[in-house]
Amino acid sequence: MDISTQDAPVPPPTTTPTAEQKRAARGATRPGDRIFLGLSRGSGILLLVIMAAIAAFLTYRAIDAISADEANFFTAFEWEANSTPPRFGIAVLAYGTIVSSIIAMVIAVPISVGIALFITHYAPRRLGGLISYVIDLLAAVPSIVYGLWGALVLVPNLKGLYGWLDAYLGWTGIFSWQGLEPRSLFAVGILLAIMILPIVTNVSREVFRQAPQMHQEAALALGATRWEVIRMSVLPFGRSGVISASMLGLGRALGETMAVATVLSPNFLIEASLLDGGGGTFAQNIASKFGEATETGRDALIASGLVLFVITLLVNGAARMIIARRKEYSGANA
Amino acid sequence: MAKRIDVSGLTAYYSAHKAIEDISMTVEPRSVTAFIGPSGCGKSTFLRTLNRMHEVTPGGRVEGKVLLDDEDLYANGVDPVNVRRTIGMVFQRPNPFPTMSIFDNVAAGLKLNGQYKKSELNNVVEKSLKGANLWNEVKDRLNKPGSGLSGGQQQRLCIARAIAVEPQVLLMDEPCSALDPISTLAIEDLIGELKERFTIVIVTHNMQQAARVSDRTAFFNLSAVGQPGRLIEIDDTERIFSNPSVQATEDYISGRFG
Repeated sequence: MDISTQDAPVPPPTTTPTAEQKRAARGATRPGDRIFLGLSRGSGILLLVIMAAIAAFLTYRAIDAISADEANFFTAFEWEANSTPPRFGIAVLAYGTIVSSIIAMVIAVPISVGIALFITHYAPRRLGGLISYVIDLLAAVPSIVYGLWGALVLVPNLKGLYGWLDAYLGWTGIFSWQGLEPRSLFAVGILLAIMILPIVTNVSREVFRQAPQMHQEAALALGATRWEVIRMSVLPFGRSGVISASMLGLGRALGETMAVATVLSPNFLIEASLLDGGGGTFAQNIASKFGEATETGRDALIASGLVLFVITLLVNGAARMIIARRKEYSGANA
Repeated sequence: MAKRIDVSGLTAYYSAHKAIEDISMTVEPRSVTAFIGPSGCGKSTFLRTLNRMHEVTPGGRVEGKVLLDDEDLYANGVDPVNVRRTIGMVFQRPNPFPTMSIFDNVAAGLKLNGQYKKSELNNVVEKSLKGANLWNEVKDRLNKPGSGLSGGQQQRLCIARAIAVEPQVLLMDEPCSALDPISTLAIEDLIGELKERFTIVIVTHNMQQAARVSDRTAFFNLSAVGQPGRLIEIDDTERIFSNPSVQATEDYISGRFG
């Protein structure tokens, strides 16, 4: 480049601007701005560091354990991590975690959406407020209390339901029941459903409340009934919000520990029936085995924790994809 | 296809607040009637009482009679849902359903009436979009979302959606106030065409617009803030704008109000 032909003096491109020049280019900065910038940037970086540190810790310890594992880590139906040589596999845990969470979602999401719609679009304002308040209380109950209630109240009372399912749906195999104590994955799913109900309901409620009045009026003016208004303008608007809400609930269900550990009678088998036997979940298995675990035993549990971590990430990624796929039709574009 | 509206002694409330008081008027079929008046005088409220949309607002209630030909819309046992299927409405801000395609927006009202036959839907959607002067602009992208159209196109889409169900009456609540002058002109031309088929009532803040599009004009006013709005007079548009019988109307139209 021939610098002499340029009209304006251009700084040579090889030298980077000094810190002084940079500061001048930004204009005057005030102390408040600098402090706040530092704080918010620091928080953002801290979050990434924590996330990376957790992933690194899990991976590092997990590699040790998996390389010492004499059984197949992904397919073995056993957990003898304290013995030498250690033998353990996550198949049962992965199955139990995913199945109990799916049961919880299938039960909780429709009920939550129903409650949220009732609060926002059907109930008189005071009744809606009261129900919201009770649901907030439900969210504040510690999970061990849910576990105790599940073990002492829910499980003994499930026998009737189990018998009914066995009688009418037993032929499917999924709902056959041998008559054992109902401390199975299905009971866990029901309990988890109750536990995630508040968060799914609350988030859905907020989304439905924001459904634009103008679209609801558009539907009304076309002669839509209340349900048709909800179907045409509220549900489509709230769709991505309900998915987000469900994912928050699913995150809780996947990771729930104490309540599952209290209700489930665990074993290392995968039963065809949801009503028979126990199986286990990642979190429950870690909680019940951590106390007496040896060095390798702990690493093995950490390895299973890493798998749970990955599953949760995948679930969140999938949810984001679902939300993004129909973005141009999203109610947020209105 | 187009019916007469006969209002007598209509008063509307928001909870305890009386928004409009004792309004009586007749709206002729196949004509355009414009409502003008200062903000807060209750002309939009009154418009919304004509298809029972007012009572959707919490606390909203209505006293008086609205006859559509001979049928009282507020009689016992009349389902407001059916009233709204007979009396269509277009709003101030274009509000096509953002989650629906252009086609589905126009077909929405038909589907509410239980019409799902594809060939029938195709016919009506095309006819309605043509009726709203929008067909040529959107015929190649009927499956695209309605929210991708310009403001003026969206408003014509909303008109197409409203006329697709062949209402008796079309109510328009300041349909051009969010639009630029060119889109406004398109809507005004459209109103001129639609009045051949429908009874049209339009609320507008734009007096030139009232003068351009309407056959009859009603002037609303309120004596003070917090007082209920009243109908001052209704007459042929030409008369209202040249030689109104009430002084307040002339003051408002010539800009000497207050």
